[in-house]
Amino acid sequence: MKNILQRLIYAFGPSGKEEEIRSVLKEELAVTGLQLKTDALGNLIATKPGQGGRLMLAAHMDEIGLLVTHIDDKGFLRFAPIGGQDPRNLLGSRVVFADGTMGTIGAETIKEAKDLKIDKLFLDIGAATSAQAEEIVQIGSPAVFAPHFSHQGDRIIGKSLDNRAGCALLLAVIRDLPPVDYHLDFVFTVQEEVGLRGARTAAYHLHPDLALAVDVTRTGDTPESPPMAVELGKGPAIKIKDTSLISHPRVRDLLKETAHSRGIPFQLEVLARGGTDAGSIHLSREGVPSGVISIPTRYVHSPAEVIDYRDLTNAASLLSAFMQQEQLFPDL
Amino acid sequence: MVDLDILRRLSEEAGVSGSELKVAEVIMEALRPYTDSVARDILGNVIALKKGEGGQPRPRVLLAAHMDEIGLMVTRVEEGGFLRFTTVGGVDVRTLLGQEVIVHGVHSLPGVIGAKPPHLQTPDQRKETITGEKLYIDTGFKDKEKLEQIAPIGTVATIDRNLQLLTEGRVAGKALDNRAGVMVLLGCLQELMGIKHCADVYGVATIQEEVGIRGAITSTYKINPDLGIAIDVCHGDMPGTRGDEGYPLDKGPAIGCGPHVHHQLFRALKDSAERVGISYQIEPSPTPAGTDAWGIQIARSGIPTALISIPLRYMHTSVETISTRDLYETTRLLVAFIQGLKSSFVEGLLCY
Amino acid sequence: MLLKRLSAAFGPPGQEGEVRDLLRREIGPYVDKIWTDALGNLLAEKKGLEEGAPRVMLTAHMDEVALMITHIEDTGLLRFKTMGGIDQRILVSKPVVVGVKKVPGVIGSKAIHLVTPEERKRAFMLRDLYLDIGASSREEAEKLVTVGEGAVFNSSFCLLGDNRVRAKALDDRVGCSALVEILQRQYPVTLIAAFTVQEEVGLRGARVAAFGKDIDLALVLEATMAFDVPDSKPHETVTYLGGGPALTIMDRTLIADPALLASLRKTARERKIPYQLRRTGTGGTDGGAIHLTEDGIPTVVMAVPCRYLHSPASVIELSDYHHLVDLTSAFLSELTEGRADK
Repeated sequence: MKNILQRLIYAFGPSGKEEEIRSVLKEELAVTGLQLKTDALGNLIATKPGQGGRLMLAAHMDEIGLLVTHIDDKGFLRFAPIGGQDPRNLLGSRVVFADGTMGTIGAETIKEAKDLKIDKLFLDIGAATSAQAEEIVQIGSPAVFAPHFSHQGDRIIGKSLDNRAGCALLLAVIRDLPPVDYHLDFVFTVQEEVGLRGARTAAYHLHPDLALAVDVTRTGDTPESPPMAVELGKGPAIKIKDTSLISHPRVRDLLKETAHSRGIPFQLEVLARGGTDAGSIHLSREGVPSGVISIPTRYVHSPAEVIDYRDLTNAASLLSAFMQQEQLFPDL
Repeated sequence: MVDLDILRRLSEEAGVSGSELKVAEVIMEALRPYTDSVARDILGNVIALKKGEGGQPRPRVLLAAHMDEIGLMVTRVEEGGFLRFTTVGGVDVRTLLGQEVIVHGVHSLPGVIGAKPPHLQTPDQRKETITGEKLYIDTGFKDKEKLEQIAPIGTVATIDRNLQLLTEGRVAGKALDNRAGVMVLLGCLQELMGIKHCADVYGVATIQEEVGIRGAITSTYKINPDLGIAIDVCHGDMPGTRGDEGYPLDKGPAIGCGPHVHHQLFRALKDSAERVGISYQIEPSPTPAGTDAWGIQIARSGIPTALISIPLRYMHTSVETISTRDLYETTRLLVAFIQGLKSSFVEGLLCY
Repeated sequence: MLLKRLSAAFGPPGQEGEVRDLLRREIGPYVDKIWTDALGNLLAEKKGLEEGAPRVMLTAHMDEVALMITHIEDTGLLRFKTMGGIDQRILVSKPVVVGVKKVPGVIGSKAIHLVTPEERKRAFMLRDLYLDIGASSREEAEKLVTVGEGAVFNSSFCLLGDNRVRAKALDDRVGCSALVEILQRQYPVTLIAAFTVQEEVGLRGARVAAFGKDIDLALVLEATMAFDVPDSKPHETVTYLGGGPALTIMDRTLIADPALLASLRKTARERKIPYQLRRTGTGGTDGGAIHLTEDGIPTVVMAVPCRYLHSPASVIELSDYHHLVDLTSAFLSELTEGRADK
């Protein structure tokens, strides 16, 4: 899974510009025999047709980024955030465009730390004039944090582990697909970071009976972090609540019971601020019982997020075991 | 006039957003004798149907009152039997100090939200608002592991509060936002038993209104009614409120108007009130968010929607106060409206 | 001039009747079918010349930012709240009209002589303001206005400087006017026009307008911020007057469909119609709601740059408006591929 994860992290894919990550995922999925489809918004759907219930498993493939909004006379670029960007993470970061062009982020003179806002930042791609800059990028060109992946002990440091870790997890489960008869849709969604958008239309289209999202969550295990009872290395987190969703009790309990009976370590997650694709999915049509398996992640939305690899493999084991539970569709 | 026993059970039963099962059971039990069917849907909304008379197609009316309440949720179990928590919905954290609570774990536990004695505080500290992160529930347990078994992360808690009967027909308690609305829903379906009406009436006690109007969105999609009426509470008048910030108690239901409300439906509700002599108030609201009406209106290709509110003081505290007379009058208004509802009126709702 | 009549019409969110009636009369001769829905959206279908051609939704919102009368004081003065994003500081000393009967009134405040030097430093907020229609008591006021009625700015439509227009409610009557003009021509594709309600209070009409209509793609016609004024830095202008319609790449509610955006830009280049890109990630339009309808609908937004949006008097350049109409028409004329590529 590490190699795939590294490959996914190096694929370009800010919200709304997911072509490259989608094509990498397509390549990875080509050998699996699943039916592949891309919908109107760009969601990649991998289907294993079946009978007796419809399960949707979603992981978003987009990542946060920047969008160029202005090019000045001296070749500096101004930008708008794509998704939840913190200016403190941006200052001094290196970013990369779809064609590999690198840039570094500088700031206007700022007297106090609280005045550090995104509109005070600019991007330097080494161009000396607007004409030079325009040869390389245009207004509307998106960029992402420069990719990075390293593996130290059990920990992985990388950009866009949110949510390439979730994508790698789904791929791992697909590679070793549990023998199930029901209908399965794996969805690599677009535009999660800008408002859970891809999941919304995909869920309407697929009309599932049950859904799980796989995404990252924050932790409370760093110095003086806000209180949160999720730590790295203690197993995947089963989501109870975030801003977008209160997990369906049946789904939540079945996940807990699965982890218990298989001896898979797990944690329970109450996320004070943040949402996932399941937030959109569970409100589709007449409602879809939904839950989330979260991968504990430090420094979410920074250029260097950190996860524990064991959490990822345990999450894959949990998902795989969950899929084989007999009581997935009690109402059908 | 108003069955205080049921109102008491509704108010005192727990039903924090996402954990509405217990209050749902009270509601379903109450609804069974006077509806044709009652069931919980896939997300937990209680949907009851009281059929109308006459041939199809009969008008389909949705009445929605949210049954969830704001509350607390355990985020961490600490040594010494303390529970850290977050709020579910818009809880005013300042009202929590020193409250007796019930923790709805594997079994119910009493607890108290501890407060630092004034002796240990400096004069400046006493003026500060305590933030949620500093508060905890003391369960009395000494053993953390034992407590974790009973009240794991995600367990909800509510204020331990009995319904208080005040003078002049007014009552106070927790969760009257929106068990008062649920009470009206129950009363309306009960009254309809003895009354001829042509509409099929779907009474829905919705989930998760306080965290984002969620149950109303999915249940309206499922039922696909010809019109929907949300029953909720609005701010009562209190010292310091201006005429458009609070509505007096005992002056009857407040009929909502604004972008979320269909003009003809608004007029028809006013007409119904006048026809049977119910005093009412008008509650204008410039932005439509904040009640189930928001979710109902935008289901599918749009649903003509109205909003009726019961004036309530001290919203989102554990001493919410209403007048039972307003409850009764609100019920009468809905009954009168449904009794007079014709297919032709429903057809006209799409013609602007 | 249609734009002038549209601008003058009364249309707070949820009270778009006058705008709707005007538009219904205007488009009647050019469409095959007209209807309204539960929220009050005005919808029309115009069949394409080609069999099996794509079904394209064109939208413009009818409502405008406004005030709502929320309380009548015993003195006959009216209290109000805002509908949609109005900067409260601009309200003081403006004439308005209340309700469909357009009862004239003014927004008053305490005179400068009566306030302390400290108070003078503070901007007027809603709680300090009231609307005066001249009534001497609550009874007199209630004869003319009712609680819940909207009020809109009472400002005049006028031609300004070089081919520019100053008026109220150009957001989005300029889109409504453009859509009427577009409907007057013939296209290979089938058009479903949606004049939507309640955009300013949360894209409400648009949330339901596209549902169940089997739409292949959508074009939203709007007015958008132009901030090409003194003291604005070059990267803060967003759009400028006279540069042609502004195309959205991304805003708070929508990332424009890249393929659709590319083909619009291609059409513009080939036809030599000027256009510009909207240079900000903020703001939102009906497109945000439309593109998430059902399975998802590829959507783009085209807007006339407009200074002083959401104020009593905004300013546009007419050439931008004409280029918006031309670009949209040209694009629709070229949309001949069948529906298979959906």
